[in-house]
Amino acid sequence: MLQISCPWCGLRPEGEFVCLGEAVPPRPDPAALTAGEWAASLANRANIRGLHAERWWHVRSCGRILTIWRDTVTHAIAPGPDGTAAPEAAP
Amino acid sequence: MQRFSFLSLARNALSHHEGWHRAWRSPPLRDTYDVVIVGAGGHGLSTAYHLAKEHGITNVAVIEKSWLGGGNTARNTHTIRANFLRDVSIRFHDVSVKLYEQLSRELNYNILFSQRSMIDLIQSWGKLRDLRRRSLAMALHGPAYDLIPVDEVRRRIPAMGDLAGVRLPPLAGMAHPEAAMARHDAVAWSYARAADARGVEIHQHTEVTGFLRDAHGRVIGVETSRGTVRAGQVALATAGNTSHVAAKAGLSLPLVTRNLQAFVSEPVKPIIDVIVNCPDVGLYVMQSDKGELVIGGGTDPIPSYRQGSHVATFEDVVASLVELFPRFKALRMLRQWGGAIEFAYDASPIISKTDVEGLLVSTGWYGGFKSIPVGGLTYAHLIATGAPHPLAEAFGLDRFTGLRFLLEAGTVAQR
Ligand SMILES: Cc1cc2nc3c(=O)[nH]c(=O)nc-3n(C[C@H](O)[C@H](O)[C@H](O)COP(=O)(O)OP(=O)(O)OC[C@H]3O[C@@H](n4cnc5c(N)ncnc54)[C@H](O)[C@@H]3O)c2cc1C
Ligand SMILES: [Zn+2]
Repeated sequence: MLQISCPWCGLRPEGEFVCLGEAVPPRPDPAALTAGEWAASLANRANIRGLHAERWWHVRSCGRILTIWRDTVTHAIAPGPDGTAAPEAAP
Repeated sequence: MQRFSFLSLARNALSHHEGWHRAWRSPPLRDTYDVVIVGAGGHGLSTAYHLAKEHGITNVAVIEKSWLGGGNTARNTHTIRANFLRDVSIRFHDVSVKLYEQLSRELNYNILFSQRSMIDLIQSWGKLRDLRRRSLAMALHGPAYDLIPVDEVRRRIPAMGDLAGVRLPPLAGMAHPEAAMARHDAVAWSYARAADARGVEIHQHTEVTGFLRDAHGRVIGVETSRGTVRAGQVALATAGNTSHVAAKAGLSLPLVTRNLQAFVSEPVKPIIDVIVNCPDVGLYVMQSDKGELVIGGGTDPIPSYRQGSHVATFEDVVASLVELFPRFKALRMLRQWGGAIEFAYDASPIISKTDVEGLLVSTGWYGGFKSIPVGGLTYAHLIATGAPHPLAEAFGLDRFTGLRFLLEAGTVAQR
């Protein structure tokens, strides 16, 4: 069972959250892209084997959406790589 | 290839089974092949077999980082079925079931294929509507998927407890008579042996670590832990690791890798002779030839390459199991494990060329043991002819660009 740190509630058990998957950057403006680039921005994922940024929704508590860094091989939650902030949370 | 028959078994028994040949060779790794297939799971090996058989392409190396068939093929719960929703998926898997029916004979290897029906237990009105729709879609194509009343479900699964008291009272069942199981290792071994006999080379313990590119960016080979290998075409069959491998060629794919776990009980006398699937509560269970109950559920709900057991999911599956089968509370579990399976954005397979010339992918096989025969047949066709096989035309990556998603929620225990 993962223990996830919510900025509002503190360390809480995984079961209170829903994982929203890889943290993707905000959607680009479709008008500025080719059809292929637009489709890729919708569907493609880095699907990293190792440390990646992902979003969790604290749905069974405060309702906040937050970003954590987690290793997809060990499941260890860790601070993000130096100087790399997680991509902007979607509004 | 040394053929297996009653006579050869008898003859070898007389010589204390010391006269059997190795099932496949371990030749030295050469520096050039027409086709390199990355990954010796069921899909890679079946593809190699069909390249040799239907297309006469035998200058082929299947390169595997670990041992052959040790990935998801070794970890899966061997259910074979064709109850999908989309027309193309139904046709595709119907062909796969038919190829499986003949596979032991075709490959001269007993894969312990056992057709025994799958019964889906329906515990919500939404699921009932969903599965009736699937049943009608399937009626257009052949494989059966029939609504049966709860009494009939009880008659066919006498091991189940009193259903009246369960939290989500069962409403009906769906019976899929074509559903089957087969010995998973034997499927990998039989394709490996048959491909080897036709000249294909299998190289185990050789990891692909990068790609060789020409001046135009075309992939012309692979870097491996045992040196560089050139190839006319490189075909990935790397299951949950496909994003990771493709990224080394700068390719990004619409895939997410997740952990799917399963576990088996101690062996008991025959108690269930169908495959029971409970999509509303995330549980499936069947009994292997050895008597073990093989139990699984939904995937862990997070991206993962861990190949282990996630406690929260394990608890969910066990809770569902003992509610429907209270007598199984007395069973001890023997083993549990997980595999890294990959989902495409629309949950349908991808058998496709890519934006990188010379590099092809067959992926999206989160439930792809059932698809190994037809997956290999159609991937080999694409590699050999450059055009998709008629059964797999809809499975190209171009479907994402056109937003022609093939939304398929036909997974076992999908919630
Ligand atoms: C617990 C569980 C239960 C399942 N149950 C079912 C079921 O009941 N029915 C069903 O139809 N499907 C089921 N599946 C799914 C099924 O196992 C897979 O879809 C199928 O085995 C995929 O075959 P494959 O050949 O694509 O993958 P794999 O057998 O995983 O083969 C891929 C191979 O690629 C190799 N590889 C990866 N990276 C590299 C590299 N860089 N260099 C060289 N080699 C590499 C790996 O070592 C591996 O051997 C289940 C899966 C799991 C985990
Ligand atoms: Zn919170």
